[in-house]
Amino acid sequence: MTAKENRKKRIESSMRPGDTVLYSPLSNLSARNRLGRTWQLVFLSSTIIGILALTALLLNILDRSFGYVVLHAKVDPATFAVDGLPLEEQTKDQLVSLLETELSSGAFNKLNNEKSFEERSRAEVYALVIERLVKYEVEETWPLFESITNSGEIKAYAAQEYPGDKLTFISWLTADFISRPQSSEAVTAGIRTAILGSLWTILITILFAFPMGVGAAIYLEEYAADNWMNRVIRTNINNLAGVPSIIYGILGLAIFVRVLEKLTSGAVFGLVDPTTANGRTILSAGLTLGLLVLPVIIINAQEAIRAVPQSLRKASYGLGATRWQTVWSHVLPNALPGILTGTILAISRAIGETAPLVVVGASTAISMDPSSPFSKFTALPIQIYQWTARPQEEWRHLAAAAIVVLLALLLSLNAAAIFLRNRFARKY
Amino acid sequence: MTEINYVFETHGLNIFYGNFLAVADVNINIPRHKITAIIGPSGCGKSTLLRAFNRMNELVPDTHIHGEVLFEGQNLYEKSVDPVEVRYRIGMVFQKPNPFPKSIYENVAWAARIHGHKGNMDELVESSLRQAALWDEVKDILHSSGLAISGGQQQRLCIARAIAVKPEVILMDEPASALDPIATLKIEELMQELKQKYTIVIVTHNMQQAARVSDHTAMMMLNGGATRSGTVIEFDETNKIFTRPTDKRTEDYVTGRFG
Repeated sequence: MTAKENRKKRIESSMRPGDTVLYSPLSNLSARNRLGRTWQLVFLSSTIIGILALTALLLNILDRSFGYVVLHAKVDPATFAVDGLPLEEQTKDQLVSLLETELSSGAFNKLNNEKSFEERSRAEVYALVIERLVKYEVEETWPLFESITNSGEIKAYAAQEYPGDKLTFISWLTADFISRPQSSEAVTAGIRTAILGSLWTILITILFAFPMGVGAAIYLEEYAADNWMNRVIRTNINNLAGVPSIIYGILGLAIFVRVLEKLTSGAVFGLVDPTTANGRTILSAGLTLGLLVLPVIIINAQEAIRAVPQSLRKASYGLGATRWQTVWSHVLPNALPGILTGTILAISRAIGETAPLVVVGASTAISMDPSSPFSKFTALPIQIYQWTARPQEEWRHLAAAAIVVLLALLLSLNAAAIFLRNRFARKY
Repeated sequence: MTEINYVFETHGLNIFYGNFLAVADVNINIPRHKITAIIGPSGCGKSTLLRAFNRMNELVPDTHIHGEVLFEGQNLYEKSVDPVEVRYRIGMVFQKPNPFPKSIYENVAWAARIHGHKGNMDELVESSLRQAALWDEVKDILHSSGLAISGGQQQRLCIARAIAVKPEVILMDEPASALDPIATLKIEELMQELKQKYTIVIVTHNMQQAARVSDHTAMMMLNGGATRSGTVIEFDETNKIFTRPTDKRTEDYVTGRFG
């Protein structure tokens, strides 16, 4: 007995007197439904694969952001004990005088000038003593999951291999890590300069690319006639969006760093920083990234403007409005949420770009904060790239922590943009 | 000099989309303070002809015009004439209600503001909405969305919006075709009110509507030639068009024996 007959029988057995049943003349209906379910499964599985990939990425980053480390003190903290009182229990004054005696007077005064010792808390002074006098070095590291699942073995191993050294469980991502400048020691390295560099760069990018992109989109959609030349321009903007970012880096190097050096180094404004008397500045990097995202912003803005119903334009023109009044009062307000969405995507891409910044000449190891568009700079992706390329394991943990910061920065920029978009979204 | 009794006069008007002659050789005079209906089968160029009266055709790329459209004796298509000025003096109501996604108040006030209206805006909004027979229905919700009211109300809002600019003529492109019979009736009553102050030209598919509301009727039809162009085959008082048409094709059409 076939499945079909089975089903027929089942239906008939459940019928009450007076019921009729419609036997579908569409004999292929179940096959069509089966095909529909198959495709639904395909779509579901692609979603699941995407989610799995994302989860794996996040877990990998988390795995490297925490874990056991063996720290070796260059100078044994016990040597700083006063009358048998270990370092941890000494008062702030004792710690300050310790710094005064152990450091050169120049180094001590420099610290005092940055922030006077009266203003520093005991914890801050203690951190300084550890950083400047004890000078921990990383001997060996373990990732998070291994640290959790295998902690007994790690402890035994560390006690045997590194007697006298400290095994601690640390988070590589700390407030200090975010607020400290770059350093050559993994224990004291931070990403403040890179964060500031990224923020400055992206600010220049937005200021350059947003008005230019929206302006070009308005021109192409609302003003330009549909002739041969404008079609060529439109096609080429689409092509530009697909050009590899390193090419934009080379373009930026040729134009902003070399040809416009006087402008990008700040020389024309009389602002030459003696350490950066060339065009490898935040301004060059921001403009290069701006060029990179410009086609994407233009295309997205064009789409948003095209999506404004033609009936609104007709209504406006029918009332005797000029083209400008129509664009300003009706087209732009209605296209703005779409334009902002496109811009968010473009800026998100720009903030993670590494290749063009390498070519334009981002510095890899600077500890000086950028102070103007004409400063030398480094950026978060550059820092991450640079750290992952180092042979020692500890830098990769720092890179993972920096990736967390980069993701957080990206998400908060996006959140700000979405907030703006919702504010501008039409109220009616 | 006596007052011209015709608001529009067309002389040998031909409208092209690219090389295609859409409307051929129209010579009609639209009388002042009357309702003139343009009727005819689909695709015969009724809306195209209507849009020629306020130069809205120019928003479609590649349209051009031969012949003259005189508005108060002045050719609208002379080089010195600014289409913005034309559309300011000759308002338009479209087939589908298309209020701006703004408040009801802003819908009415916006155009007046861009034209530099100096007087009291609240008064203007109220009088425009009153003329459009909408004031009583929306006076308490002036600051809610123009899209939140019914289709018939939206269309009357669009009429109020057009009136607020103080035009001399109102062109209506099938203003009731997207509305139910009750809303249609309201619009038709409103047109009778409005014709005291404005000249109205209306395109309609609905012959009963043309018979009910209009004073004059232009009957359009494809001219049957190889170019498939539309033209006005008969233009007369509505009464005459519907009772004693001179053209056999008009008679067939208005009596429903067409095709």
